[in-house]
Amino acid sequence: MAPDSMPIARALSLPRSERKPWLEVLHEWVITVDHKKIGVMYVLYGLLFMVAGGIEATLMRIQLAVPEARFVSPQVFNRLFTMHGTTMIFFVAMPILFGFANYLVPLMIGARDMAFPRLNAFSFWMTAFGGLLLYFSYVGGAGVYGAGSAPSFGWWAYAPLTSPAFARGHSTDFWTLALLVSGVGTVGFGVNTVATILCMRCPGMKLTKMPLLVWLNLVMGGMLFFTISPLTAAQLMLMIDRYLGGHFFDTQAGGKATLWMHFFWIFGHPEVYVLIIPAFAFLSEIVPVFSRKAIFGYPIMVAATVGIGFISFGVWAHHLYTIDMPSYGQAFFVGMSLAIAVPTGIKIFNWLATMWGGKIWLATPMLFCVGFLFQFLIAGLTGVILANAPFDWQLGNSYFVVAHFHYVIVGGILFALFGAFYYWFPKVTGRMMDETLGKWHFWLFVIGFHLTFDPMHIAGILGMPRRIWTYQPGHGWAIWNMISTFGVFVQATAILIFVFNLIHSYLQGAQAGDDPWDAWTLEWSTSSPPPPYNFAVIPEVKSRRPLWDLKHPEDPDWQYE
Amino acid sequence: MSAKTGLSHKRARGWARIEALTCTVITGAVSRLFASAPVGSQPTNIFAPVSTPADELYHLSLFDLSVCAGIFIVVFILLVYAVMKFRRRADDDGREPPQIYGSDQLELAWTVLPILIVVVLFLTSARVIHTVEDAREPANALRITVVGHRFWWEYRYVQYGFVTADELHVPVSTPRHPWPTFLTLLSADTDHGWWVPRLAGKTDVIPNRVNHTWIDPHRVGLYLGQCSQFCGTAHAMMLIRVYVQTRAQFEAWLKNQQTAAANDPGPAVTAGRRAFESTACINCHTVRGTVADGRFGPDLTHLMSRQTLGSGVIPNTPENLRRWIQGPPAIKPGVEMPPMNLSSRQLNELVAYLETLH
Ligand code: HEC
Ligand SMILES: [Cu+2]
Repeated sequence: MAPDSMPIARALSLPRSERKPWLEVLHEWVITVDHKKIGVMYVLYGLLFMVAGGIEATLMRIQLAVPEARFVSPQVFNRLFTMHGTTMIFFVAMPILFGFANYLVPLMIGARDMAFPRLNAFSFWMTAFGGLLLYFSYVGGAGVYGAGSAPSFGWWAYAPLTSPAFARGHSTDFWTLALLVSGVGTVGFGVNTVATILCMRCPGMKLTKMPLLVWLNLVMGGMLFFTISPLTAAQLMLMIDRYLGGHFFDTQAGGKATLWMHFFWIFGHPEVYVLIIPAFAFLSEIVPVFSRKAIFGYPIMVAATVGIGFISFGVWAHHLYTIDMPSYGQAFFVGMSLAIAVPTGIKIFNWLATMWGGKIWLATPMLFCVGFLFQFLIAGLTGVILANAPFDWQLGNSYFVVAHFHYVIVGGILFALFGAFYYWFPKVTGRMMDETLGKWHFWLFVIGFHLTFDPMHIAGILGMPRRIWTYQPGHGWAIWNMISTFGVFVQATAILIFVFNLIHSYLQGAQAGDDPWDAWTLEWSTSSPPPPYNFAVIPEVKSRRPLWDLKHPEDPDWQYE
Repeated sequence: MSAKTGLSHKRARGWARIEALTCTVITGAVSRLFASAPVGSQPTNIFAPVSTPADELYHLSLFDLSVCAGIFIVVFILLVYAVMKFRRRADDDGREPPQIYGSDQLELAWTVLPILIVVVLFLTSARVIHTVEDAREPANALRITVVGHRFWWEYRYVQYGFVTADELHVPVSTPRHPWPTFLTLLSADTDHGWWVPRLAGKTDVIPNRVNHTWIDPHRVGLYLGQCSQFCGTAHAMMLIRVYVQTRAQFEAWLKNQQTAAANDPGPAVTAGRRAFESTACINCHTVRGTVADGRFGPDLTHLMSRQTLGSGVIPNTPENLRRWIQGPPAIKPGVEMPPMNLSSRQLNELVAYLETLH
């Protein structure tokens, strides 16, 4: 093990707080401005909504298991896929990723908190409030007209399905408000992250010495300003349409349906990268530690991320290939969408090169990273296929697309997230997660994932459109849907094991110590869990792997960087 | 490129031959997997094209698939090799492996190579986009205006002055006798999508917007598809049927459709006709040659020439017709036609009348 790197920190770190009455604990959490507590709340909040989104998905899969099923009505089904999509993107993926960033960024740059702790709390509570507003539509959506409950227009909310003529009642308004409110929280988080990273780094940590996770979250935070703003603008315009007699999107009054599409996807596509870049960030920390090697090609990894950030704002219309754009417009977006494959490819190759020649330790965090690499490779390639407009004329809006983006979000982002859970859980709780349960979780989830999403590629190729409540027999779709539905239950089992592992390990896991993975970044130099002030003495760094330098004084990194 | 009709084109370019070569492998695999099953059991398979736009996409997709499969195999092998070869052994000595911080040559290689691949993919795509999207409409093309409604399709044969619904009839178009069909797509309400995978890729149908697509089916037959852009409750039941007929059959069909309904269908159905014309039916439905001139629902002038009801959801039999009129939502939940609450006698009379609309 490493020599005790931070004796002063150890000496000053407080003993674990003694048990307090639960009301006091609750109060402490509600009023907290500590980035670690807020981070944990983001994550728990996201997990809670993941249960809701997961149940919605399961109900849909049951309905689709066989042709002409009548398990739920089309009205219910249409609400389910709307809520599933909105929930998973806005109230699961983003909060959990933000939670990790919140927790890790200050620790990794040797800071005591975010730049604006109260803005941080405000951002979290806005996001949380947004999620509640969305689900409140289930009870309040009927409104004065007595029509509708949850919204049922799909998570893109394409006009004119949101116009008063087609969306009576208030479910649309709850949806709009939910995204507006959580959008404020999201931008707040973005501002805070960028400010923290730019201004709060410890002595010696130049931009070129930041861990990759920090770099990637800097890019992500910066993207948030430009990603969320068009969505917010569009939501305001929609509100103006619905309540002030505006006609931006109301086609019956001469509005433009395609205007909404552009606004939505100028948000929607960069959003994908807002979600995947933090996943890249986890890989960039976990893969080196478990391969026992420095990250391969740090500068080009940073450059590729920044490149992805910029290009991602120029590809949105690949979601609109079928609106009959002029051919040169389509060609432009084909070019841009293919271009983004280049920096993404660089990343994959650099992770591989990091593993190459290392001593790979296949503990659960690393297993999930290997799973990520495999699935993200396929997701990237189906993305390249879909980027070619002509292919997309066939496969756009089919189950092939559903398969593709679940490969990105589940096979990619969620796998990286699970890796991150297993990797940083010891830091957050002071206890290790159970390895045996972790392996069960991993393998069951891999199997469930592939059973669920692989067949969807084939269903799409066989012409099955998405967002259909049911289908007739005789298309060759039934068998693939049956397998998909079965896969969902395998995934659900894996998730239950994961949740059990979280709780079980929190209560009874083995003591972790400060640095259980023999890692190299600053968060592992403080105690587990870290004290409220993170570091008794603000650390000073000379390289990208300060703990490597401490552990290998004979061969420190700063000699090479 | 001979863009006269956009239908014929030559692949003379050098890389196209390489493309063809690379494709052979994948073609084999794909056609094994998808085309080995009789097409009848996979009526919407995108890999069984019978019309130029679908054909173009099919060939492009084989090329794209082979490139991607190639990349996949290479990277996958590297990944598996890395994990197997560089796993920490049980007898590990605990020493850290040599630290390597990067390699300019390698990184340059895996930047430049993907760029080259991307350029090739872009060019192949751009060619197909041009061929399909910029195809010029020949003078003899059949022109049809498609209007998407919640949750059915209106087809206007503008050159022949009649309107029909839900089942599209078009002539076969062979290289010797090209007779392509050019479709103008409009929407009466929300977004829809017109997608018949074996004939062409999908094109959205958007209110306040005029979109276009075209097909030139090479083979006679029935081709299925469905609405591909979510449009509301009954979206899943907004099906598409395209009947591709020989010239003779198609011309006969045209001739029949152009006629108006017989003004005097005979005494046996006078009661039914009166029922039809004295209830709300005529507010929503047209029967040409009678007082019924509603535009909200499908034109019923030649209802009996259709094989299905409700935009393809059930076969058009007398029994089904009766069930439909009695309560459309029971068959197609979310449908915009209300149950008419007719007495059993009225229903029988009505169905008898509708049965005369050949
Ligand atoms: C409020 C308007 C409305 C009224 C009134 C109405 N219909 Fe309809 N009807 C529709 C619509 C809309 C459809 C298309 C339903 C679909 O496929 O989604 C339809 C479909 C049909 C069809 C099937 C047509 C096809 O090609 O599939 C028949 C037959 C029909 N109606 C008969 C009747 C009769 C008979 C009456 C009177 C008893 C009637 N309708 C009253 C709106 C109406
Ligand atoms: Cu539709």
